[in-house]
Order: sequence, then C-alpha cells, then structure tokens
Amino acid sequence: MSASSPQPLPRSLSGQTWRSFRIATWLGWQIESNWTDPLLFAIYSIVKPLAGAAILVVMYGIITRGNFTNPLFPYIYLGNAFYIYVGGVMTGVSWAVVDDREHYRTLKYMYIAPIRIPVYLLGRGVARFITASIAVLISVVAGVLFLHVPVDPALANWPLFFLTLFLGVIMLALMGLLLAGVTLLIVRHEGFVGEATAGALFIFSGAIFPLDVLPAWLRPIGFAMPTTYWLELMRRALVGSVAQAFPTLSGINNLQLLGILVVLSVVFGVAGIFVFRICDRIARERGLIDRTTNY
Amino acid sequence: MDEQVPVKKVTGWRLFLKTILARAYPRVIGQQRDTSWMLFDVLMPFGSMVAYVLVYQAIGAPQEYVGFVVMGGAMTAFWMNILWSMSSQLYWEKETGNLGLYIAAPGSMMAILLGMALGGLVATTLRALVITVAGSLMFHVQYQIASFGQLFIVFVLEMVALYGMGMMLASLFLLLGREAWHMVNLAQEPVFLASGFYFPIKSFPFWVAAAASIIPLTLGMDAMRQLVFPSGFKIGFLTVGVEIAVLLVLSVTFLVAAKVLLAHMEKLAIREGRLTESRR
Repeated sequence: MSASSPQPLPRSLSGQTWRSFRIATWLGWQIESNWTDPLLFAIYSIVKPLAGAAILVVMYGIITRGNFTNPLFPYIYLGNAFYIYVGGVMTGVSWAVVDDREHYRTLKYMYIAPIRIPVYLLGRGVARFITASIAVLISVVAGVLFLHVPVDPALANWPLFFLTLFLGVIMLALMGLLLAGVTLLIVRHEGFVGEATAGALFIFSGAIFPLDVLPAWLRPIGFAMPTTYWLELMRRALVGSVAQAFPTLSGINNLQLLGILVVLSVVFGVAGIFVFRICDRIARERGLIDRTTNY
Repeated sequence: MDEQVPVKKVTGWRLFLKTILARAYPRVIGQQRDTSWMLFDVLMPFGSMVAYVLVYQAIGAPQEYVGFVVMGGAMTAFWMNILWSMSSQLYWEKETGNLGLYIAAPGSMMAILLGMALGGLVATTLRALVITVAGSLMFHVQYQIASFGQLFIVFVLEMVALYGMGMMLASLFLLLGREAWHMVNLAQEPVFLASGFYFPIKSFPFWVAAAASIIPLTLGMDAMRQLVFPSGFKIGFLTVGVEIAVLLVLSVTFLVAAKVLLAHMEKLAIREGRLTESRR
C-alpha cells in the first residue's frame, strides 16, 4: 500500500462544488504564474495595466496641460483602474475553455472527471482576479502618490467599497460563465469573445468618460449594463463627492445605485448560468467538447 | 490509371520567389474565404479607437487629436499583425507541427518569412483601410496632405522596417516555450504607449521618444501625422526628412538582422533538437 492513499471523493453537492473550485483555483494559478520566475511574473502582471493607465494619463496631461486636479481626471483614472477587473475576471473565466480545449486539450478529461464544470471554470478565473487585484492596487496607489488622485483613506467609504467589489466580482464571474458557454460553441476566434465583450463594455460602461459623451441613442446600452453602476459605486466609495459631480448618475444616491447593481447582477447572473447550461448541452450533443481547430 | 504530370522544378531565385508567393497565398486568399476576421480584426481595434476618441472629446481636445487617434487605431492592426502573425508565427508553427515541414522543404526559410510578411501586409492594409475610412467618416476627420510622394515613401519604409522587425522577432521567438504567448501579450499596451499610438510622441522627453523610435511605427506615425494633418508639423518629433532616413536605416538593419538571426536560430534549434519540440 502506498504511503499517500487517495482521498475519498466528497459525496455531497457542496463538497463536490468546493473541491472543484479549490482545485481549479490552484490549477489556474499554476497556469498563470509558473511559466516564469516570480519577479518576471510580477512585472508582467503590472506593466500591461500600468501602461494602459499611462496612455490615458498622457492624453489627459497633453490636453489639460497637466491639470490633474479637475474632477474628470479621477473619474477617468479610477474607472480605468477598476476596469482591470472586468478584463481579468470575466475574460479569465471564459478563457479557461479556450485554454483547456484548444491549447492543453484537457477539457474532455475535465468533463469526465468528478467535478462540476461551471464551478471549475469559475475557479479558473480566480488567478486572474488575484493578478487583477494587484494591478488595481498598484494603479490606484500610483495615482494617489504621483497624480493627485484625491483618495483619502480616512474619508473613503470602505464598507461600500468592499460590498461593491464583492458584488462586482460575482457579477463579472457569472458574465464570464455566460461567455464561456458561448465560447464552447464557437469554431474560430473563440479566444476573442471575452476580449471583444470587455472592449464593448469599456465603451458602454462609462469607464473612462461619462456616458453623456456617447450619442443619445447609444446611452441606453450603458444604462442596461451592471458594470456602469458598479464602476460608479467604486468611484463614489473612494472619492465620494468628486464622482457624484458628473451629471450621468448624479440624481441617483448610493443606496439606489446599489439596488440597481444587485438587480442587474442577478439578471445577468441568472442569464449566465442559464446560457451556459444551454450551450453546454448543445456542445455535448454536437461533440464540441474535444474539438480543436488550431485556428 | 492516371498519368503522372511531371512537376517542373525550380531552383535559385525562382524558387525563392515561388516560396514567397506560396506562403503569402493563404494569408491573402484565406481572408477572402473566411470573412469572420471582419468582426474581430476590425471591430476590436475600432472599439479601442472609439474609446480613446471619446476620452479626447470628454476633455475637450482639438479635433486634430481625434485624427491622431484614428490613425493610431488603424496602425494598431499592423502592430497586432506583427505580434500575433509574424513574431510568434514560427513558434505557433512549431506547436502545430508545421515548422519541421518548412525546414525540410527545399524553399528558403527567409523566403517563407518574407511570404508571411507580404501576405500579412496585404491583408492588414485592407483592415487598416477599413478602420481609417470608418473612423474618419464617423468622427469627421479632415486630412490635408502636404506631400503624396513623401507620404508614400514613409509608409513603404515604415512597413518594410516593421515587417523586417517581425521577421527578426520570429527567429527569437523560436527559442521561447510557453513564454511566447505572454511576451506577445505584454508587447501591446506598453508599445501603444511608447510609440504614441494615440498622442504625439513629441509629448515625451527627447531621449524617451528617441528610444521608442526603435519601433518603426513610432517615427512612421509621427511622419505621417506631420504629412496629413494641417498643423501636424507643429507636433513632429523630428523633421520628415530625418524620420525617412532613420526608417531607411531601420529597414536595412532589421532585414539583415532577420537573416542573420534566422540562420543562427535554425542551427541552434537543429543542434539542440528543439525544432519540433512542443512545450504546452
């Protein structure tokens, strides 16, 4: 008998769920981080988002001749910083399908393993959440230290911040699950589904400009997206009245925003689970789980 | 029984040219057969471009800056093509098992790289054109071309230098394993920043802009902005003449470096037996 005998599989649903999530999280972290040494990985994780923020800082600085005290600057800067979560979490979950099916060619093995696939995919997104959190933290701290972003830790509404962050991450993960389902059915370009959606949300969520800048006929799309209210609440939690100054959502107080965010998150979350189930069934029926295209 | 048609064998420069055309063929023809690229290769750079234009509009930037962003958005297509379809292409070929076939075929690897570049250039120019026309119409960008001749020379040299750089990087990427995907991913936003895709490069301190000029798009875009926008000369980093001269030097340097590195990497990969190695 070997020294390390296999552990018995959990029989309860919650046991299976937790096990799937835990193992997927560990696996996701290994895939994300073990291709290089920790230092290079840390640099890789923060250079890309910081460069993205720097583009906006330079653009803003050129036009306003370095007037970083205008309330528009923290609006742009913080919106861009927190938007890192959208790309990280949402795309992280859907990318796991591409990674496992096309690259590592292990998705079929995952399907026959005693795990819950949606939970496994959500777990795979955790690694991106961790790296995104580091990038967001560094972006915000750099903004406060070097660019006069008016975040005062003593005045920030931390309960609102962490509650909004928690709700947002759950919402983004479930939107990622929706995209993962769609990804299962796509033949080519499946790797771009997450990026394309994140790119579209970047425009319609008012991440780096108030929604009023959009043509009037496009604004309803922004108002229907939970990310719009999530980003607004994240800004308000950190810079309070500065964020509330913009006319787009100025007539809505924090509690109302939170209510809208919860309702929209539930709608998108339920849609995510529902769409994934349908796509998953179709993918099984059509034999798409182990399809590779080399595209 | 079917009679076998004798294949007319070519050698020397004819083989070189045929190899270039053969490798360029799937890139150009594939684009006509599978139009799904329109959705991702055009809409994604277009989306980023729209976002940056709206930022400029939100902060009240002059209309010319909108034009700068439209040009930057179009040039994004070329940089993405260099990263994903030139620099990392031999790495992907290795992963999918084609690289060994390339090496075993009688054609030159340099011709294969040139074919990749030619095909990619033709296909990407079409994408960039779509982005430019759509962006210009959507945001009412006005152009006033100072010199068609110089504009043509700048564009051609910029593309030769850029794709020469892609050919050079393709050899270097052969040595990478799983790092390749991450390296390509990393070379997007930092290059958009350093090369001034969305703002004039003159905004940077001189030596920062000079260092960024190693990427041909930096000087290429700067020269084109000077030549196509009415007050473009005010935001120029160097004069157009100097930028043309530097682009010429970069073109020659990258092409020569591509040839030298390709030979070196091929030898190294054969000696270490890593040509067909796939490290997922």
